[in-house]
Amino acid sequence: MIRYFARRLAFALVLVIGVSSATLMLTRLAPGDFITESLGTGASQQTIAQQRARYGLDKSIGAQYRDWIAGAARLDLGYSMQYGRPVRDLIPERAANTAILAITALLFATLIGLPLGVITGSRRGGAMAGAIRAASLVLLSMPPLLTSLFLVFLAARTGWLPISGMRSATVPAGGALIDLLRHLVVPAAAIALPLAAMLERLQAQAMSEVIRAPFVLATLARGVPQSRVLWRGALKAALRPVAGVYGLVIGSLLSGSFAVEVITAWPGLGSLMLQALRTRDIYLVAGCAGAGALFLACGTLVSDVALAAVDPRVSEMRTERA
Amino acid sequence: MTRDVGAALVALALVAAGAAPIVAPHAPDSHFSQLLNAPPTIVRLVDAGGRWHAPFIYPWRLVNQLEQRYEEDRSTIAPLAWFSGGKLLRSSNDEAPLLLLGADNYGRDVFTRLIFGARTSLALAIASAFGAMFIGVSLGAAAGFSGGAVDEVLMRATDFVMVLPAIYVALALRSVLPLVLTPGQVFALLAAIFAIVGAPFVARGVRAIVRSERRLDYAAAAEALGASDARLLVRHLIPAARGFIAVQITLLVPAFIIAEATLSYVGLGFPDAVASWGTMLHDASTNIRVFADFPWLLSPAAAMFLVVLGVNLALQDAGTVVFAESGEPRRGVKSGS
Repeated sequence: MIRYFARRLAFALVLVIGVSSATLMLTRLAPGDFITESLGTGASQQTIAQQRARYGLDKSIGAQYRDWIAGAARLDLGYSMQYGRPVRDLIPERAANTAILAITALLFATLIGLPLGVITGSRRGGAMAGAIRAASLVLLSMPPLLTSLFLVFLAARTGWLPISGMRSATVPAGGALIDLLRHLVVPAAAIALPLAAMLERLQAQAMSEVIRAPFVLATLARGVPQSRVLWRGALKAALRPVAGVYGLVIGSLLSGSFAVEVITAWPGLGSLMLQALRTRDIYLVAGCAGAGALFLACGTLVSDVALAAVDPRVSEMRTERA
Repeated sequence: MTRDVGAALVALALVAAGAAPIVAPHAPDSHFSQLLNAPPTIVRLVDAGGRWHAPFIYPWRLVNQLEQRYEEDRSTIAPLAWFSGGKLLRSSNDEAPLLLLGADNYGRDVFTRLIFGARTSLALAIASAFGAMFIGVSLGAAAGFSGGAVDEVLMRATDFVMVLPAIYVALALRSVLPLVLTPGQVFALLAAIFAIVGAPFVARGVRAIVRSERRLDYAAAAEALGASDARLLVRHLIPAARGFIAVQITLLVPAFIIAEATLSYVGLGFPDAVASWGTMLHDASTNIRVFADFPWLLSPAAAMFLVVLGVNLALQDAGTVVFAESGEPRRGVKSGS
């Protein structure tokens, strides 16, 4: 068990270092750098050279990478040229914003999707199951890019909710928390709705397999009420396959939140990365990509731990394979 | 029944894209400078006086330059003409163009661009899906057939690509190349990126199927009859996975349509001049009033929704069927995280 998690941790570490190094290299190799992008064509050769030296852009790619990785080992991720601040100071705030968005969405998707999946999975026909199934199919065809456009459209038409940003310019009546929550509704719902639909489908499938199992029939035969069998016994057994996909879900959360962040101007990691890429702010790009990989690695790790907790065969199996 | 509806939606999109120059009433880059952000023209049968006509439209008249508000000019009737000038349906009055989905902020017909955009978006998605299939099937078959170290290395590599933050990688890869590329170069570049990111999902399934099929009697029989490894793979084992491959390709297409839209939306996809569903949304997003006042500019989003819905409807339960046929336990494929 411990060996299994040690391996997982090592893999996560390799992933984070690999991703941030690769993006640093890639952005460095790209034509143009922050200086040429920001100074424009009018700048003299001398100014350009001076500015390059200031940010270490004049060094060879190997030397630059060596300096960066040596700094990264001491948790110094370099300096953002665009913001004039260390990358280490910029990332946590943006990553926290993305985390607020992603966790809220995941929470709501789970709370909506799983119970509905139990209902549709345990009933063959019926108007309610049919309606839920249809709604799921529609929402599954609306990835966050489309849901967020649609919800922003609704919010703009009705004027009920703010459509962009995370906070109002001035703190309105009701306090900062209410303001934040109001801003959170559209982007979080945009991610949560398609996700809830996906979880509903998976849960329904798992459920319909479980209720055919002999133990369900046996429990019913013993006289245990149907609702209790369904919501205690069967649900517990059906959760295993669903827990298995949470690792993949976290990956889709991150890419889903990218589109949503850009459309609703949510100040998260994705929009920071985009900005950094556009200005060729290479250390910031590497920092953001690394943070994204860390986010994913943490997510997969948590979901693996959860899976191993509900299903002890998993850690056995994976240690063998690994 | 719903399956047929789904297939019909997809077929409709493909036909419209293929026949774009006929279906679309205008050229994709022709613009009407008097009709910036004009709303959709309403096709009518009854005029203001209550008289019936063949289908016609009223031209738009600008009533407020600043707010770009238009009113119907009820004094002129512009009849619609079928199959005239090589177009399926167009207005017979060049002063009053048919704008089924309104005009964008350059005065270009949104419907026309939507149809031509379908060409770009669907062609890219389909090309990428076939690219992903080619890479995925080659790697998966190699891994499943040879086993051992090759299998180990290849599966580790797919594991790695699958856990990468895909959108960040695509962004970084895209931004390596100059921001200004010809549309053809962008097409090839995006197709390559999507194919690489999508391939592992194909590879894993193909590997599992090739592995389990290889142990079956018919494979042993073929080998005993002297079939070479290549023949065994190409004629027997890969065909066993064809159901899975077909479903995977179909599932990748909507994902790639959305991926193109996302990249173009943020300005890292096709250049603005090229009509694609992503660049149309990108154009729309530059105007803050789009959501409240010019919602027809969002019609590419609706088009994407319909195509993705069509694929989902057409593929309903197909996943289960395919896996049941190939004898591959579904759970084994899913728990690959």
